[in-house]
Amino acid sequence: MGELARYLVLAALLFGIGLAGVLTRRNAIVVLIGIELMLNAANLNFIAFWRHGPHPEALTGVMFVLFAIAIAAAEAAVGLALVIAVYRHYRTTNLDQIEEMKG
Amino acid sequence: MIAGVPPSAATMFEALDQLFVSLKHWLVGQLPPAWQSWVSLAISAAAILGVFMTLFALTVLIERKGLGRIQNRYGPNRVGPWGLLQPIADLIKMLTKEDLVPSGADRVVHFVAPVVMVVPVLMAYAVIPIGRNMAAVDFNAGLLFFFAVGACIELAVFMAGWSSRNKYSLLGGMRAIAQMISYELPLILSTLPVVMLAGSLSLVDITDAQAGHSGGWLARWHVFTPWGLAGLLLFTVAATAESNRAPFDLPEGESEIIAGHLVEYSGIKYALFFIGEYLGMFAVSALGITLFLGGWRAPVIWLEWVPSYMWFFLKLGGFVALFIWLRGTLPRLRADHLMNLAWKFLLPLVLLNAVSAALWHYTAPWTFVGAGLARWLLCGSLVGVPYVLLGRRLFAGQHIGPRTYRMAA
Amino acid sequence: MDIAFLITAAAILAGAAGAMAARSVVHCALCGVVAFASLAVAFLQLRAEFVGFAQLLVYVGAVAILIVVALLLTRNFEATHEALSFRPWALGLAIALLVSGAVVSAILGSGLGVGAPPSAPPPTVKAIGDLLMTRYVVALEAMGVLLTVALIGAALVALRENGPGRPAKPGEQGSVAGRLEE
Repeated sequence: MGELARYLVLAALLFGIGLAGVLTRRNAIVVLIGIELMLNAANLNFIAFWRHGPHPEALTGVMFVLFAIAIAAAEAAVGLALVIAVYRHYRTTNLDQIEEMKG
Repeated sequence: MIAGVPPSAATMFEALDQLFVSLKHWLVGQLPPAWQSWVSLAISAAAILGVFMTLFALTVLIERKGLGRIQNRYGPNRVGPWGLLQPIADLIKMLTKEDLVPSGADRVVHFVAPVVMVVPVLMAYAVIPIGRNMAAVDFNAGLLFFFAVGACIELAVFMAGWSSRNKYSLLGGMRAIAQMISYELPLILSTLPVVMLAGSLSLVDITDAQAGHSGGWLARWHVFTPWGLAGLLLFTVAATAESNRAPFDLPEGESEIIAGHLVEYSGIKYALFFIGEYLGMFAVSALGITLFLGGWRAPVIWLEWVPSYMWFFLKLGGFVALFIWLRGTLPRLRADHLMNLAWKFLLPLVLLNAVSAALWHYTAPWTFVGAGLARWLLCGSLVGVPYVLLGRRLFAGQHIGPRTYRMAA
Repeated sequence: MDIAFLITAAAILAGAAGAMAARSVVHCALCGVVAFASLAVAFLQLRAEFVGFAQLLVYVGAVAILIVVALLLTRNFEATHEALSFRPWALGLAIALLVSGAVVSAILGSGLGVGAPPSAPPPTVKAIGDLLMTRYVVALEAMGVLLTVALIGAALVALRENGPGRPAKPGEQGSVAGRLEE
């Protein structure tokens, strides 16, 4: 395995773990952690491709990841605020019990 | 290089200044090339550990002595001459005490928390230049590294507070998180003007940006500019809160929540938290020195012969003395006052300070008579006037005056 | 493969697996921190110094703290049975395995990046700053607006339902001490 490929495999595995958590866990906050893990896997891909790409001096991958990290922070803040608001209303953070809108 | 001394003396002072650097180079030079970079780093780490641990022991003693004097008592004076061996006695006590873990506690997290506290603090020293050519590593983004590893401390406090399964611990942990998050913002933003004007995040470059002399004798430290002075004051307030020192010691608050997150810790684990807190205080003081007080540089040109590391530790000692003095004199803040101070007072001021720094930079070409004074007034008033107005607004409607005591008759 | 990569990779995967599988939700968050911090180390190994430090500052310093505060505010600090029970977990696990398996096999089959990386000097902070202020300045401004909106929005959403900013009654939700005394 080349140096690029092993980082890509690592990112794929990390994405898989995050996805498995998001699909199986019920707690809203754990699901949010899973989403962050998947986002981080994508960031790792960007950095690995930037490092091994033909134009590392253009810094495209680095820029993308910096913006992605900033967005992730905003996303976590809003997401957790939503979780707290939902908790206030339903007294639970279990995603399966919040089913008022289910048809 | 050094003004005002004959050349032969100058070489001697130069050698004295670079004594530890040359010693390290000589030691590393004895080894095979493959090892050199690793051994060089290991020596730096060992030196940082040894020096700052010694400083920690001394500071604890001086603090107890100083607080004693402030409170009109003697302080420790039994172990050794003038109580000088007190740190050793404390060490033996800490090491031999029973290590208690509450039965309901989360054992793993309870064990890991002190380690998470100490390790990042020690890592933060890596980027600080404690003398000429004496920074362990010179990261291009050194300041960012400092704050990044500093952010781990909050997590350690949470881990300690949560894992103890004690309501006072948890309350202390929550208070600490709220306080550290709030004060991290003014702390980081107060360093922004320095980064803007030095044009670098590397602490070595920032120290170099303060080289040279104005008027032929006074060093060009950032603190001798209006934004630098305001920045240093704001930084010191935020740093005091960030290192949980009095008057911002609400997370510990011995008299209300019996030491907060530390309540279930004893023996060596407690000692680690204690060490972590003091090392954090030194680290943030060292950062303030590097950013605003010229790092290891001498204040006036005639004193440049004093070795650079001596200057650094002299300034550090000044900071430590200030912290002890504050602890001895100021009462603890109330939680809502603490948040008001961070969000309504410090945050607007640090943002205005960045504007003031930009104004200082762009008025630099002014050459008319009295330009210096005009610049000082302009940039100073940009921070000073809001300071007065904000202060009045925050104190509006509150009666501040001598306290009247009503005793039971 | 060098040892540094193996250690980092192991820490990332172990942290992530722990974060998704731990029983206590606080343990999930702490394991997540391990994964985020080791990812910062991976970024450093890829010589993206600035990104690594930013990752550490944002994820360990901000996101992780947000998560634990949210955990405490929603009284999730003990392993409860509802937090433990998984949804049809076999299905979820199978989908995740399928996705990552497909991606891994695609990577291994592509023959990507067999050679050593180009020996470019690591990017300086100055270069990143220059790009942010020139080529990416619109994105930077948009990011500023987004973060401001997110800040205000999060504060509004998290306000209490019974009137904005009303102080909590003792023993009401959100007061950690009230929960502990129960």
